Amino acid sequence: MYDIIVIGGGPAGMTAAIYARRAAKSVLVLEAVACGGQIINTPDIENYPVEAHISGFDFSNRVHQQAKDLGAEFIFEKAVGIREENGFKTVVTAKNTYQAKAVILATGSENRKLGLEDEDRLTGRGISYCATCDGNFYRNKTVAVVGGGNTALEDALYLADLAKQVYLIHRRDSFRGEEASASRLKERENVEIIYNANVTRLLSEKRLKAIEVTDKNDGSIRTIELNGLFIAVGRVPENQNFASLVDLDDAGYVIAGEDCRTNADGIFVAGDNRTKLLRQLVTATADGAMAATEAVKYVNGL
Amino acid sequence: MAVIEVTKENFEAEVLRSEVPVLADFNADWCGPCRSMRPMLDELAEEQDSFKIVSINIDDEDELTDEYDVSSIPCLVVFKGGEEVNRSVGLIPKDAIAALAVEG
Repeated sequence: MYDIIVIGGGPAGMTAAIYARRAAKSVLVLEAVACGGQIINTPDIENYPVEAHISGFDFSNRVHQQAKDLGAEFIFEKAVGIREENGFKTVVTAKNTYQAKAVILATGSENRKLGLEDEDRLTGRGISYCATCDGNFYRNKTVAVVGGGNTALEDALYLADLAKQVYLIHRRDSFRGEEASASRLKERENVEIIYNANVTRLLSEKRLKAIEVTDKNDGSIRTIELNGLFIAVGRVPENQNFASLVDLDDAGYVIAGEDCRTNADGIFVAGDNRTKLLRQLVTATADGAMAATEAVKYVNGL
Repeated sequence: MAVIEVTKENFEAEVLRSEVPVLADFNADWCGPCRSMRPMLDELAEEQDSFKIVSINIDDEDELTDEYDVSSIPCLVVFKGGEEVNRSVGLIPKDAIAALAVEG
């Protein structure tokens, strides 16, 4: 029996482990893949206090080491559910079960897909969800970006420096993302913005060859031949396995305020999978501290 | 056995003519998920000898990267008898890496 099990080994979960260990609680972090979460895709973090530049990978490694040095245990298994048993929590993974007095959900989020036929098969064969990871493969080629938020705008700008031609396809007639990025994009000669349109079909042989784009107003279809499609239509919180235990909002985020307490006794939430205004590295680690502090209080009160 | 660094010079000998299946990891130094996956590959390489694991740096090995049509990394490609039999893109757990190589 652990005092606290943290589900998810990203910045929020690992920071929760640090705080819980410093309160002398036993801690298990269950991570499905590898520590770090989404931040490992970031080549250069420039907005986290103290370090002007650090890669997401180095950041994650250092936090992981810090948590391990403080005595947090890490097991690499995916948590698929939580059972309430005699006032304690049993966390179920594909292989094992683990017991704890309190649980912190720090599962983060995953890329939202377009939901088109062949999207999975073509991922890595023309479809990507990370322009900074894969942009280099498309030097002097033709690419499209789908989305209208900051990520989509930044991806399109990044790709405009590498690719021959960039299409930006957005389902609305204006952007949610920062105005500065949008106006910089409009100035680029090799960028064409297609408003009020959806990507409705992927055309491929072994790899992606073209996309069909449907105009939302008149239903007309345009086929665009391209080498790469970058999908930046947001992220989906990974809370599906816990939906029966804690209240989620319509978008699937765990409902909790700054205290990171969910509606369920002894279950806390930290990081990108919580309802919040700003999803950044610094707010993820802040959540980790808060959730751990509340979990420690809860455990002490049992 | 450790993970073997492969270039176009030793690709044929280490991968195409290998007696055992080969799991080839196409990666780059600047790729965070690739670096996260590497310790798992190192462990798997040491833990078993039914398949071998090789690492291919895509920045140094343009020809191999083009030949195998790698356009997203990390990219794991499984070879058996000189032919590609399986592929996976993105960071995946250690169990899934092993399964990819064994199923292959």
